[in-house]
Amino acid sequence: MMSNDKVLVQVRNLSVNYHTRLGPVSAVNDVSFDIYRGEILGLVGESGCGKSTLGKALMRMIMPPAKISSGAIIFDGEDVMKFDQKRLRDFRGRRISMIFQDPMTSLNPVQRVDEHLIEAIQVHEPKTVLENAQERVRTLIGRLGIQERRLRDYPHQLSGGMRQRVMIGLGLILNADLIIADEATTSLDVIVEAKLVDQLREIREEFGLAILVITHNIALVAEIADRIAVMYAGQIVELGDITNIFDNPLHPYTIGLLSSVPSIKLDDHEELYKMSGEPPNLTHPPSGCRFHPRCPEAMPLCSRFCPNMEEVVPGRWVHCWLYQDHPQKERSTIKVKA
Amino acid sequence: MSSSLRNFLITRIFLTIPMIWILITMVFIVMRILPGDPIRSQLGPKVSEEQAMALRERLGLNRPLYVQYFDFLWKMVTLDFGTALTQGERPIIDELGEKLPATIELTVPAMIFTAIFGIVSGAYAAEKRKKTIDYGIRLFSIAVYSIPIFFMGLVFQIIFSVRIPILPLAGRMDTLMMTNFRPITHFYVLDSILQGNWAAFRSCISHLILPSLTLGLALTGVFIRLTRVNMIEMLQADFITAGRARGLPERRLVYKHALRNTFIPILTLIGLQFAILLAGAVLTETTFSWPGMGRYLVDRIELRDYTAVQATIGVFAFFVAIISLAMDFLYAFIDPRIRY
Repeated sequence: MMSNDKVLVQVRNLSVNYHTRLGPVSAVNDVSFDIYRGEILGLVGESGCGKSTLGKALMRMIMPPAKISSGAIIFDGEDVMKFDQKRLRDFRGRRISMIFQDPMTSLNPVQRVDEHLIEAIQVHEPKTVLENAQERVRTLIGRLGIQERRLRDYPHQLSGGMRQRVMIGLGLILNADLIIADEATTSLDVIVEAKLVDQLREIREEFGLAILVITHNIALVAEIADRIAVMYAGQIVELGDITNIFDNPLHPYTIGLLSSVPSIKLDDHEELYKMSGEPPNLTHPPSGCRFHPRCPEAMPLCSRFCPNMEEVVPGRWVHCWLYQDHPQKERSTIKVKA
Repeated sequence: MSSSLRNFLITRIFLTIPMIWILITMVFIVMRILPGDPIRSQLGPKVSEEQAMALRERLGLNRPLYVQYFDFLWKMVTLDFGTALTQGERPIIDELGEKLPATIELTVPAMIFTAIFGIVSGAYAAEKRKKTIDYGIRLFSIAVYSIPIFFMGLVFQIIFSVRIPILPLAGRMDTLMMTNFRPITHFYVLDSILQGNWAAFRSCISHLILPSLTLGLALTGVFIRLTRVNMIEMLQADFITAGRARGLPERRLVYKHALRNTFIPILTLIGLQFAILLAGAVLTETTFSWPGMGRYLVDRIELRDYTAVQATIGVFAFFVAIISLAMDFLYAFIDPRIRY
């Protein structure tokens, strides 16, 4: 994984554990990846695979009983794990921001739209004169396609799509470098969703910020993302360019995931692919590769050792024994052509 | 003000009228169903039938019930409370003019105490959730909620005016001081200030402490629990997480964003608790010999004094209705979802 000024965030060996009565649950396990400046990275996986936890961990928003147990998050050259509370507050909002799944509940019901935005400016830049703050809010809201008269509205007077745009606005108002959209379009209907997706892409062009789109919706990722990270049971199993992964998925989980997406063209005789088994209980994750109990390609080796995240061709990482060597491996390694 | 808010408020005002009407009608009926009557209770059992009839006729109690009812309704509308049926037949308005200030003087500090103490400790318990202090506050709230008011009053009297005599046992003011104290408004605290009578003022305040504390504590439990539960829920709300995610300081999130939203259910509670507060005032006034509406009501019920009871409960109903109306106004002011 390269490290140059293209890279905005470097996540290295990040692990998050939930401490429950049944013992620690390893929600995110030894995850490493980069987020480039100005890119849209899609993070996909089933519910409960740890993708939301990973998103929250990037902002250090992990609350007890969960805890980041190890790893590093380097944001623009600075180690986020070393920030104190004050630095952290400044970091959240100014450098990184988050949009949540439910637009109905993520704005304060007794605060007007402009009060939200102005509050964000005033908290982070206390010296700003109110008129300047208002001017900035008006400019931004115009660019987001929200009418100015809506500024004095309360959240309940806005539609779901408009509320999400306000949430995006809250991320943009302080010129954050990264917006994390955690299932941000899931609760919207398809037409509003499509509009919002377009808008996210435009915002990326216009503001040059990076967006991490966390979703279980592969179709959405296909439409919006530049790169995609596939997550399974707390680990990233495959990472690469969107076209490469869709054309030629390497990890058996990715292959299964892509073939279980319903297609409108599916005819009556074809049945939707169903992956066997269920995602593992993360209190006691499977030994070795966490996917091996469900993997059609599993080898004896897979249950004993956990593979590394390896770059099989430039820009393409896979977390699977099929593509890497091991002295005890029973089969020959598959060479991937670039 | 938007037109929908205006409609809401106007509807709300008009709803108050049937509310009061239903209540005073019920009192009218119940008083007449109860065994015993004001004539017998006043004249005693040995009075002759002629004497009783004469008094009954003079008081208008021999008329058909419906005539009495409409007469009573009309008098209520014109705020003519009439005279008491028994014990000197004083105009009720004079009686209430003395008793109502006493009750207000008792209940207002009690309400302020219970609201502030309850909300603050509830919010604090929510912030310290599952820590020792939280369990302590919760235990306290159940204790004060379940102890009967008169018992709590008695315990306070024993502790603070018998064992450690620092506070007076009962009444509104020292009896000796009453001799040269001339009430104007019958709000003794206010009167003593107006007259610059600081000895009387001190006496009033020290007499107020135990009864209002008793009454206040009895209601605090509900406030603590409701604030705590709502605050805990609010602190987990998405908009709090979202606020944290854009770097808003924790204190701002707790005391500005969460608490303001918590006030919505709390206001409803204040409105509802006001009725319970007045009911509690009856018990507190009896325990502390406080010459207010509550004790007056109890006395008059025993005498089956129809007009006095009807007027007193009418005033109670009016106050509860006004407070709950005021709460709805405030509600609309705090919660934009109602206003628009």
